[in-house]
Amino acid sequence: MALKIVKGSIDRMFDKNLQDLVRGIRNHKEDEAKYISTCIDEIKQELKQDNIAVKANAVCKLTYLQMLGYDISWAAFNIVEVMSSSKFTYKRIGYLAASQCFHEGTDVIMLTTNQIRKDLSSPNQYDTGVALTGLSCFVTPDLARDLANDIMTLMSHTKPYIRKKAVLIMYKVFLKYPESLRPAFPRLKEKLEDPDPGVQSAAVNVICELARRNPKNYLSLAPLFFKLMTSSTNNWVLIKIIKLFGALTPLEPRLGKKLIEPLTNLIHSTSAMSLLYECVNTVIAVLISLSSGMPNHSASIQLCVQKLRILIEDSDQNLKYLGLLAMSKILKTHPKSVQSHKDLILQCLDDKDESIRLRALDLLYGMVSKKNLMEIVKKLMLHVDKAEGTTYRDELLTKIIDICSQSNYQYITNFEWYISILVELTRLEGTRHGHLIASQMLDVAIRVKAIRGFAVAQMAMLLDSGHLLTGNMQRNGICEVLYAAAWICGEFSEHLDDPMQTLEAMLRPKVASLPGHIQAVYVQNAAKLFATVLQKHEGATDSQAAQDTSQLLIERLPLFVQSANLEVQERASCILQLVKYIQKLQQKDVEVAEEVSALFAGELNPVAPKAQKKVPVPEGLDLDAWINEPPSESESEDEKPKAVFAKEEPKQSRARHIEVDEKELARRREARKQEQANNPFYIKSSPSSQKVYQDAPGVEHIPVVQIDLSVPLKVPGMPMSEQYLKLEEERRQKERADKKKKDKKKKKREKRGKGKRDDSGPESEEDITPAHQVDIVTEEMPENALPSDDDDKDPNDPHKALDIDLDKPLADSEKLPVRTHRREVLKSPEEDGDQDGITQEAKRRSSKEKKEKDRKSKEEEKKKKKKKHKHVVEEEPPEPLSEEPVQSEESAEVAAPPTSTSAEASDLDFWLSSAPVPPPIKEALAPKTSVAAAPDSEPDVPKDAEPDEEKSLKNKKKKQKKEKDEKKKKKRHHHHHHHGDGGGGDSVQNGTVEEEEEEEPLPPMSNYCLLAENSYIKMVYDIQGNLQDGSQVVVSVIFENKSNSFLKSMEFNVLDSLNSKLQRPEGASPHDGLVVPFQLPPGVSNEARFVFSVQSIVMPQKLKGTLTFIVKSEDSSTHEKLDFKLHFTCTSYLITTPCYSDAYAKLLESGDLKSSSLKLEGLNMPFHHLLARICFHHHFSVVERIDSCASMYSRSIQGHHVCLLVKTANQTVSIDAKCDEPSLLANVLDEIKQTFSQC
Amino acid sequence: MIKAILIFNNHGKPRLSKFYEHYNEDIEQQIIRETFHLVSKRDENVCNFLEGGLLIGGSDNKLIYRHYATLYFVFCVDSAESELGILDLIQVFVETLDKCFENVCELDLIFHVDKVHHILAEMVMGGMVLETNMNEIITQVDAQVKMERSEAGIAGAPARAVSAVKNMNLPEMPKNINIGDISIKVNLLLQRL
Repeated sequence: MALKIVKGSIDRMFDKNLQDLVRGIRNHKEDEAKYISTCIDEIKQELKQDNIAVKANAVCKLTYLQMLGYDISWAAFNIVEVMSSSKFTYKRIGYLAASQCFHEGTDVIMLTTNQIRKDLSSPNQYDTGVALTGLSCFVTPDLARDLANDIMTLMSHTKPYIRKKAVLIMYKVFLKYPESLRPAFPRLKEKLEDPDPGVQSAAVNVICELARRNPKNYLSLAPLFFKLMTSSTNNWVLIKIIKLFGALTPLEPRLGKKLIEPLTNLIHSTSAMSLLYECVNTVIAVLISLSSGMPNHSASIQLCVQKLRILIEDSDQNLKYLGLLAMSKILKTHPKSVQSHKDLILQCLDDKDESIRLRALDLLYGMVSKKNLMEIVKKLMLHVDKAEGTTYRDELLTKIIDICSQSNYQYITNFEWYISILVELTRLEGTRHGHLIASQMLDVAIRVKAIRGFAVAQMAMLLDSGHLLTGNMQRNGICEVLYAAAWICGEFSEHLDDPMQTLEAMLRPKVASLPGHIQAVYVQNAAKLFATVLQKHEGATDSQAAQDTSQLLIERLPLFVQSANLEVQERASCILQLVKYIQKLQQKDVEVAEEVSALFAGELNPVAPKAQKKVPVPEGLDLDAWINEPPSESESEDEKPKAVFAKEEPKQSRARHIEVDEKELARRREARKQEQANNPFYIKSSPSSQKVYQDAPGVEHIPVVQIDLSVPLKVPGMPMSEQYLKLEEERRQKERADKKKKDKKKKKREKRGKGKRDDSGPESEEDITPAHQVDIVTEEMPENALPSDDDDKDPNDPHKALDIDLDKPLADSEKLPVRTHRREVLKSPEEDGDQDGITQEAKRRSSKEKKEKDRKSKEEEKKKKKKKHKHVVEEEPPEPLSEEPVQSEESAEVAAPPTSTSAEASDLDFWLSSAPVPPPIKEALAPKTSVAAAPDSEPDVPKDAEPDEEKSLKNKKKKQKKEKDEKKKKKRHHHHHHHGDGGGGDSVQNGTVEEEEEEEPLPPMSNYCLLAENSYIKMVYDIQGNLQDGSQVVVSVIFENKSNSFLKSMEFNVLDSLNSKLQRPEGASPHDGLVVPFQLPPGVSNEARFVFSVQSIVMPQKLKGTLTFIVKSEDSSTHEKLDFKLHFTCTSYLITTPCYSDAYAKLLESGDLKSSSLKLEGLNMPFHHLLARICFHHHFSVVERIDSCASMYSRSIQGHHVCLLVKTANQTVSIDAKCDEPSLLANVLDEIKQTFSQC
Repeated sequence: MIKAILIFNNHGKPRLSKFYEHYNEDIEQQIIRETFHLVSKRDENVCNFLEGGLLIGGSDNKLIYRHYATLYFVFCVDSAESELGILDLIQVFVETLDKCFENVCELDLIFHVDKVHHILAEMVMGGMVLETNMNEIITQVDAQVKMERSEAGIAGAPARAVSAVKNMNLPEMPKNINIGDISIKVNLLLQRL
């Protein structure tokens, strides 16, 4: 026995490992498949052994074979075995194999649940990590449901390595198990402010991914992301956030306004191309969402275009590509700014890189104008000539057509030219887009009446020349054009010069080689031509010609009667008989022309493609109702035994059905007739108006036929589009000359006053009049068309399930299922698992707590609090905030429900409306005086550059006030209720200001304080710690130009102290000032950030500085300066950091902290206001709050902990504070005191 | 989201394939072939983005690739990813491989595809970027290698000896097919990571 084991292990040494397998495959190049199949046999043997190492080795080899395309799903169970090994080495092999080949259809996957759960809670972080990584690849709805809670716990793991993986995998869990999104979301949100940058980045990643699909649900996170954007220095995070904002701005234009400034600053400051590019992209999105060309944003557009130009001109092809890509986005809304770079884009058309050429083509689409269309298309036609490879050429072709036909042929001034272009394009070999050209021809001929004469002539030539017929099957695509040509010639045959010749061309034997649907059109239109010919000859007593025509048809049509195509055959035989009959009549000298042409009378109107869909459903018509009774279950069951015994009964019942149906049907038929009569879009048989055409002026210069064989794209006997360029130029010049003459006359009459009239230089768009008096018939729509229906969304999109409102508070039933000891037979997870879950969870918690209690039973009081607190978190979310979801800004505006969710909404509104500019803040600080008091009397007077914004702000304020009142009422009510309860649910954990809002709205606050001011400029500033760097603070200064002059060349300089230094660019001396990266037009304000490095943060300090700037008025410019003192308070070194109550308790118990205290008397403000103020002005966060007592926490940039215990009683507030740095604490307390002494 | 990560050589032989959406093996091979076909016919010094990989769904997707000596590194991503960011990520990936294998060459990838998977798992998880800091990635990878070693302990020694003997029979084992110039211009993103 023992010998056997030893032998086994020696054998094992000579088993093939992965390297051997790979080597073997490389050595058997000629019979690889055979070699591998023997290897697979070996692997199967190895998998049968008990030794886990052997199994793992086998699985490892299988993973490799999977990559080569071999199915390894048969080994799924062995993979699970290896996954459950206790050794990390093997476990990892197992999970890797599973991640490569498991999927939702793998049945053994349900065996893994417990193993994965075990690994997730393993003490070894790499076991957990490997399980998470594996799970991310093969998570199924069942796994997601069963493990969601475990993963959520891991999101607060002590190790950032686990936290970031857990956060990331939550996205997959949400996708598979959407119910988990709401319960898990608060924690996910929390992770946005995780101290570890990796975790933070993961959370941003997940939320961005979620928000991309359902942006409106994440609008309320905008302030948080905004904060992250301005504080983060991780480019990955920044890129994600900026991309996210790009998705959010279309929903909230005010957000865009707020974003422009920091984004432009980033564009100026960043050196990372990727970041710059994403900023530009988002600025573009913002500009699109603002749509209306606001004057002060033209600078941003210019900036973007200018930066993109730099990208496009770069030698790096990647940047060039991206530059073009972004440019095409600007194009949609601001074509003018892009058009000025036409040269550059045309240049890119010649690039050797196809991706870049395609991008440039996209851009061309928007660059055309009436003026340059011909020129651009000419250039493209040259490219069509040169292009090798059909894909690119096809792309060119579609682009040419797109460009010309865009917005209803807006830019085409000469349709003859366009028809010629289309005809030239038919020379393309092997294109797939023949039908595109054909549909353009049809569209133009039908909708532009003036062009029909010309079009018909061209089409007749196409039919005649036959070059499209000669090609082999490869040219199949292009022969579609003949479809259009034949139809146009037939339908508008009255324009034909020689219908007989065309008729003959259409009946050539070669036509029979065309595809069936084209032949059918040929046959039908031959009949139309026949009618025309008859009519022509009718008057002219020349009966012979007419009879010849009949004879021709009778001779040629049998060819089509034999066609294999049903449609062709049917039409041909029908027409053949008709012609035979006509011939008989002709021989009797009967006048038939009138009657024959009556067959084809009536004009075709272009109908919009969506018209049918938009016909509204008439009242009383239920489209979903059964026309016949649905087959009942019993009936279908009867179906089988029918042969055995046929019963009478079913028959009877069916007969009854029919009776009912017939009545119903008759009724419906009547209704339908009525409907048709009323509907103008049913082609009615009433004799239509005669086809009336205006004579097209300008048709006289149909170009002379010109044969030049050196030009490859020329169709012999066809006009050349190029001639039109010249003609057009001449025409325009003539027009211009005419106009000038007129102008001169006018001027003379007007006594040529008014100084200089700007010489019209290059003609503007409007000056170009189309060559033809063209009326483009618009497509018809039903009169009462329904508004646009835009449900293009893919119903199978997994993200649809994630369209969940996240602002709504959690209901009791929304809990993640938690494992129970005995899992009941499959029940629906929400209802049942939850009930279990809660109790189970509660039990677990309480038992844990008991243990803790035993261990340290000193602070009973605190424990109780904690317990209560936990309770709250587990069982019920912070007081129900609202019943109604915040959909978007609109809904809040429309209905402003008296619920307090609108508080949250107005939070966002407030954040959005109060730009960091002083005036609105001032306004906000005194809402009652300046805004609420302002009556509606003068809302229409545009005071500001942005009157509507102000107005909306006012409206909002009013609404807020209203809400306040209503809320107060509600609150009082609520309080009664609450006292009855015994006051348990009032505690708030980790509350920030927002959550306090529920009680009574806070007065708006701002941290910006005045730095200095003179008659030109005003500066306000705020100081924030830098989370990433413990020795830096960021000073944001808002400069506001108060004068009527332009302020430029601003330089910001500070006298450094030993402790604090302004961060200057490398190479600058410590006395140099920093140039403020913008200029200020009159009345404008903008924000700049300056980074200071500090060494010691325990003392507040002041730095003296100067701002120098140049005031530029119309006639002069002066140098000015303004001195200021920057006050670095100790508060500004603190950073709002959330803290859990247990961590907080531990911190306090540790005994490292020195304490100090403070009493504030005669303070008359609600407690939550007090807390909110401390939170806001001094960067604290509430850890826990019970009645009139709260613990708060903050951390300095250098990691000092600051803990406060705030109590209030009879207008006296006492603050007990602890901190590991006594002098810092003393200073902070002083500052808090100061804050409250001011109010 | 990253939809797939593929590494193949100049002849289209797959060296690593990681799909973040499930396809069966045949379709995976088809995707690899198609991607190779698309990528290999492009010149050097054209842009590294390609639209229209037909198999990995939809028009939203892009192929972003880099070519190093004998290997193509191809990421198929959707529009949520920043193009330049992914290019940098590929660079980080290759540099990490270079550090972990000490002068990485194609052979390393051929014989140690499992290791490459483990390294990749520290960078990208379930199609989302997990970590971009090279030092952090290497720390985690090394820690796991150490764990593996300690688990193998004495038991692993004979196996290692055997594999050394096996390698001795391989005189033609080429050592220096370096992956080549990995110091391709990085878009400055790395500098600030």
